[in-house]
Amino acid sequence: MTTATADVRSSGPGDALTARDRGALGDHLFRWLALTAGLTVLAILALIAFSTTQQAWPALSQAGIHFITSAQWIPNDVDGSGPLKPSFGALAYIFGTAVVAVISLVLAVPVSLGIALFVTEVAPRRVRGFVVTLLDLLAAIPSVVFGLWGLAVLAPNIVGFYGWLHRVFEPVPLLGTLFGPDANGRSFMTAGIILAIMVTPITTSIMREVLLTVPRTDRDGALALGATRWEMIRGVVLPHSFGGLTGGVMLGLGRAMGETIAVALTIGASAQITGNLFKPGNAMPAVIVDQFGEATGDFRSALIALGVVLFVITILINVTARAVVSRAERRLQGA
Amino acid sequence: MRVAQRRLLRLLALLLALSFVAAACGNDNTPSASGDPTTTAADGGTSGVDYSALTGTINGSGSSFADGFYQQVISSMADQAPDLTVNYNPVGSGQGKKDFAAKLNDFAGTDSLVKPEEAPAGSYLYVPTAAAPITVSYNLDGVTELNLSATTLAKIFQGEITTWDDAAIKAENAGAKLPSTKIVIVHRADGSGTTSAFTKYLTKAAGADWKLGAGDTVNWPAGSQAGQKNTGVAQLIKDTKGAIGYVDFADAKATGLSFAKIKNKDGNFAEATLAGASAALAGATAADDLTLDALDAAGADTYPITAVTYILLRPTYDATVGANVKGFVTYVLTDGQSEAASVDYAKLPAALATKALAQLDKVTVG
Repeated sequence: MTTATADVRSSGPGDALTARDRGALGDHLFRWLALTAGLTVLAILALIAFSTTQQAWPALSQAGIHFITSAQWIPNDVDGSGPLKPSFGALAYIFGTAVVAVISLVLAVPVSLGIALFVTEVAPRRVRGFVVTLLDLLAAIPSVVFGLWGLAVLAPNIVGFYGWLHRVFEPVPLLGTLFGPDANGRSFMTAGIILAIMVTPITTSIMREVLLTVPRTDRDGALALGATRWEMIRGVVLPHSFGGLTGGVMLGLGRAMGETIAVALTIGASAQITGNLFKPGNAMPAVIVDQFGEATGDFRSALIALGVVLFVITILINVTARAVVSRAERRLQGA
Repeated sequence: MRVAQRRLLRLLALLLALSFVAAACGNDNTPSASGDPTTTAADGGTSGVDYSALTGTINGSGSSFADGFYQQVISSMADQAPDLTVNYNPVGSGQGKKDFAAKLNDFAGTDSLVKPEEAPAGSYLYVPTAAAPITVSYNLDGVTELNLSATTLAKIFQGEITTWDDAAIKAENAGAKLPSTKIVIVHRADGSGTTSAFTKYLTKAAGADWKLGAGDTVNWPAGSQAGQKNTGVAQLIKDTKGAIGYVDFADAKATGLSFAKIKNKDGNFAEATLAGASAALAGATAADDLTLDALDAAGADTYPITAVTYILLRPTYDATVGANVKGFVTYVLTDGQSEAASVDYAKLPAALATKALAQLDKVTVG
């Protein structure tokens, strides 16, 4: 997104105003203010990373690489007289977070792109305002409301549909596994659907902004060459805004991976790794919110370590996405 | 003239307000000086304590399991101690103990014992206040009565017994028509003292057959379902055919669930009742520090899955807080006990209540 908007700006008339002598003091002040604001973000991020890692260290150093390769999450009391020793392996929760985020993006991205294209390219002006208002309203609903709706309305009623999907797609190789038997109301799929609904307004509004930055002249040029509306969108609008669209998807992904309470309520809270999307699972933020209240000592530290893992994954995804976008943009725009 | 009138009115209002304040101050002093004998008599001799002299605020936090009981006691005590404010914040036993060690509260509520790393020995005293049965609730069409032993329970919750018509369940329920429905295990998603008590019971009563250990959170078998808090678990059981889960007595009753009779140490299948929980307390032997393990306790009528809840007190308090805390705990152990049943908690047997009251003498105030 940033790359796309930057391109637009650099082609603007800003270069004429770079003279040094006018309002030098104001410029300086502004520069320092902006710099401080920028650095504050960095400082806050660094402090969060530092203090969480520090607090997570007892568990991380004890579990080592097992923390992300093992699915044995046994936070029993150390003095518990049971036969099991505490063990912190978060693989099932990492898996759950990834699966739920992927489901939500698969469902939300096409819909978001569709809405954004409809609003910017197809809809008449009056309908446009109405749709945008509706989306903003959707974005304003607190996540716990989505969670409760998922828990009380969606989960009990969608089981039948899951069963139907399973019967229809059973012979298809990959889908037969994903849409497995013995569907549960609270499952990866339900949590993914709820997340998709929550992610849609964010991705849509960013995609809409990005699509609006496509220059009028480019569109008109394509149309003048005899392109149909779809050809114009495919040939001009999408390549021009590819970076920004990906940025919108990334923001949605961030929301999906970090969402806590709505997922906690709908995912079913069972630590398991399975290809069947209709089975209950668990995700990292949900585990933290569920178990933090009664956690002490190493257990508490292990929960904070989950937060650190989530943080690292988010950073990795963002960096990768940025690399993909910059490479793809060079290719798509051919410049 | 109008202005003059207004001024006069204002002056009158001020005088009136002042006189109220004066009266209020006077009221504070009089009962503590002269009202002692009358209020004590009015108490009916249950505790022989005059609570009306207590003034100030004390703060407690901890066990959410005991929250219903403490809130009930606090509201009924307000009639007798109008100037005392007791706040109880159900943040969970673990957090309550953390607050207690950091001196953020005046007393803590806890269902679990204090570990050495949580607070040094000697910095706290246990006072048992109430108990409650933990039900094993289920959802099974046409089965109104279900008997289960600890071993069978352990196998069910470990996922070793997967259908309701398993031979092990049939053996304990000769008359019942058990369907071949799949068993759905329902447990708590959040860390919980209820989970801890339930798994400790299985560790104690099922022995080697229970392999998951005990704790606030345990590694339940894959494919089991979880709900938030007792209400979440209760709702999930109600909505799921073939479900079985552990729910506290009050929520199981409120949701209208049917719950199993559990085989106790004496070999009888006991129903989850308040009387059964009190019997468990009577059947358990209290240690010198008044901690007691009511799980799988002896006695013919004992309900074996019974959890005890405690208040943690400091050995020393300053004068005002000490008087207030002692007053509150005294009330909990005397008049408060008769309120327990109304909010689905089991009261302490008389012998244990006496011992708990004696524990208060170890608290030095001043």
